Amino acid sequence: MTRDATVQKEQSMVLQKDMIAAHFKRLANAKETGKKVVYTFVPGNLNELIWAFDMLPVHPEINALQSAMRKKSSSYVIEAEKFGHSEDVCTYVKCDIGMLKKGNIGPTGEKLPEPDLLLLSYTGCFTFMKWFELLKQEYDCPVAMLHVPYQADGEKTPEMIEYVSKQLREEVVPLMEKVSGNKLDKGRLRMLMESSARAEENLVAVWESAKNKPSPIDAYFGGVYYIGPIFSAFRGLDVAEEYYRTLREEVDARVEHKLGPITPDGPMKDERYRLVVEGPPNWTSFREFWKMFYDEGAVVVSSSYTKVGGIYDNGFRHDPDRPFQSMAEYCTGCYTNLNLPTRIQYLQQAIDDYHADGFLINSIKSCNSFSAGQLLILRELEKRTGKAGGFIESDLVDPRYFSAANIKNRLESYFQMIDAKRNG
Amino acid sequence: MECYIGVDLGSTTTKAIYIDENEKVLGRGITNSRSNYELACEIAADEAAINSRFHMLRRKLAENKQAGKQTSELMDWLTCKFKLAQHFRQVDALEKVCKTIVDEWDDKNLRRAYKAALDSIFDTMRSEAEPMFQPRVTARSDFFRDIASSHYLDSAELLARNGDISFDRLTGIFDKAILLVEAESFATAYDDYLDFASAETIKVDGYKVLRDDIRRATEYAATIEFNAINTIGTGYGRQTLPFPKHQIRSEILCHGLGAHIMFPATRTVLDIGGQDTKAIQVDGKGIVTNFQMNDRCAAGCGRYLGYIADEMSMGVHELGPLAMTASKTIRINSTCTVFAGAELRERLALGEKREDILSGLHRAIVIRSMSLLARSGGVRNEFTFTGGVAKNEAATDALKMLIVENYGEMTINVSPDSIYTGALGAALFAKRDQKGDLVNVDLKKLRKRVS
Repeated sequence: MTRDATVQKEQSMVLQKDMIAAHFKRLANAKETGKKVVYTFVPGNLNELIWAFDMLPVHPEINALQSAMRKKSSSYVIEAEKFGHSEDVCTYVKCDIGMLKKGNIGPTGEKLPEPDLLLLSYTGCFTFMKWFELLKQEYDCPVAMLHVPYQADGEKTPEMIEYVSKQLREEVVPLMEKVSGNKLDKGRLRMLMESSARAEENLVAVWESAKNKPSPIDAYFGGVYYIGPIFSAFRGLDVAEEYYRTLREEVDARVEHKLGPITPDGPMKDERYRLVVEGPPNWTSFREFWKMFYDEGAVVVSSSYTKVGGIYDNGFRHDPDRPFQSMAEYCTGCYTNLNLPTRIQYLQQAIDDYHADGFLINSIKSCNSFSAGQLLILRELEKRTGKAGGFIESDLVDPRYFSAANIKNRLESYFQMIDAKRNG
Repeated sequence: MECYIGVDLGSTTTKAIYIDENEKVLGRGITNSRSNYELACEIAADEAAINSRFHMLRRKLAENKQAGKQTSELMDWLTCKFKLAQHFRQVDALEKVCKTIVDEWDDKNLRRAYKAALDSIFDTMRSEAEPMFQPRVTARSDFFRDIASSHYLDSAELLARNGDISFDRLTGIFDKAILLVEAESFATAYDDYLDFASAETIKVDGYKVLRDDIRRATEYAATIEFNAINTIGTGYGRQTLPFPKHQIRSEILCHGLGAHIMFPATRTVLDIGGQDTKAIQVDGKGIVTNFQMNDRCAAGCGRYLGYIADEMSMGVHELGPLAMTASKTIRINSTCTVFAGAELRERLALGEKREDILSGLHRAIVIRSMSLLARSGGVRNEFTFTGGVAKNEAATDALKMLIVENYGEMTINVSPDSIYTGALGAALFAKRDQKGDLVNVDLKKLRKRVS
């Protein structure tokens, strides 16, 4: 029996909503339940390790983007600026610092617990280090800094993997054992990694569904919801596995019925432009931004932002037989840790594999990790693919840098540019 | 006669172009956008229709054995006299509205005094009109508002200096009245103006013998029926128009295609308009392959010059000529319009010459564009400069210098009709209606529909 696709979509959304609510509830009660709390980042996150110690992860970037979607980020950013953070500082950082200064009330309205450990899982973004330096000043807790070498030559060498896994074995795990008061439960870690690999398998199938015409998903605007569980607190847990199994079923059903992605205004009917998008979205006007695409029949078939936590569509899966090497490979393989030629190659592959009409860059004012080199990427992709390249600018969570009229104007021009190219 | 219309609704001016089925320009029209795009659209299209009639008039005269030898001179006279007739009609309308405003005042003595003042002002305006509309006389502006305001205010100042009349009060009357006059299209009486132009031209020495040819040609031009097949809208204000969505094109695409038609070897286009600046790369067919536009900041746009003109109490059209007289170029901030204004005042206070500062300001605006050009992929031969600011010689000179400094010698195209590039592109999109789903938009009905 085939179920209605709209209802199925809602089912996965409900699952995600429930798991987020439950997690923030766990966090709010952490002190009462005696759970230790780890603040960590999305890129290269070490979720399985955290859960193996039965600790609770908090992701400051996720809190920042959630605050932006709930229209709270503006006051947080301004609050941080009052404390001397300049206009050009990453707005995720300012949003997080502002939230902290205003009482650390999380996106669900519940107070976030203070960290027992600051676990820096990725150093490819220099800002992350400064961010945790700031948090270190605020909280009296230890810091585990995992130094992740940049893939400057476009590959993960065995030495790099050994360098990272050695840090994990000899520095990170001992510190986590000390903070949690527990020895690492290797059996638990194995189970978590097995579960992660199964969820990752389903997520990749969801990504690859976008090769269909019409694409049943929007791999950017819908995609940011799809990566929620796997990049935040849930990878390795049964709920995440269930989420991705359900999501895959829903997407398969849409493929079967040749349905387009579901948007906030209902299923998209007419797929006119297939795009590959580079860069994070704007969160403060997320719906408005998305609408500018689906109103024009533009669907994103692949995006780099949804690989920011880690890349799976090149075959990587968490491997319970090689836990530390596997985590090291994951950390070093996240999208912004790739050098520019590799990023270009990755995007080119996506443009070809997903039969895209063009590629678009949303350049984020305050994100150096993503934005540096994007014009070079644009030029090179134009040259290699002959497809129309577009460039828009906005910001992560600072609403002052989202100019709707300007972005809409550029997008309309870009879509018409694709039409003009098609018509020759 | 079948034609295709492109309308470019810019933030400062609205332009319209008529082209024929061979994609040749028939006529161009321009007007102030004045925050009323429906009206601006109608007036620009009316002007373009008149311009198209003149195009046909020229053709008709040229066909003629006798008059054909003097077509250019005759056209100069006919055009000037046509404009004069239209100007008189606008002056009449302005006077009427000014007096209606005064009529509403309670104080009888005041009414009498100001009506007499208005009589004097408008008599002067009429007497000053004729010399302005002569062949080889360069118009100070294309717009009635600019011409009328300069003449009206000069007379008002004189009256105020010599009597009990308040300059501010007279200015207030003008400011109110001009808004109402601008809301009217004076082009509809084109046949009257053509009659007048014909009659006046025949009076010119040596043209009496051409009387019949001139009359026949003007009558022909007055009676042409333009059958608009398709219309495309573009420009900053395009979204405000009740055009069907598929009849609206981005100004970026229109400027790219328009520049390509004007200069077919164009590969890079820079459009500096009132509201934004666009660096556009096009292929050999005029199709846009890449573009960059300014974001978050208007420094580097036409508005930057508008702001500076206000700061210096000058008309924006006077900035370029004054800057061209500079003996040196003062370095001015290029990242912020307001800061540039502050810097301007500071430089003036330091005793720097206005023209030298203005030269620096023009360079500053162009430096902003250089960054956009670099981001869009650089400048490739040939380079075409479009948009309203391309009419400003100081900006064009600064741009040429910086292009050569940064990219070496190349062909740099600046058309005297550069301001119409977007409208031309739109008209071409109207003509090249591949899907066959475009229709004509009755521009006359836009305003009524909105009201």
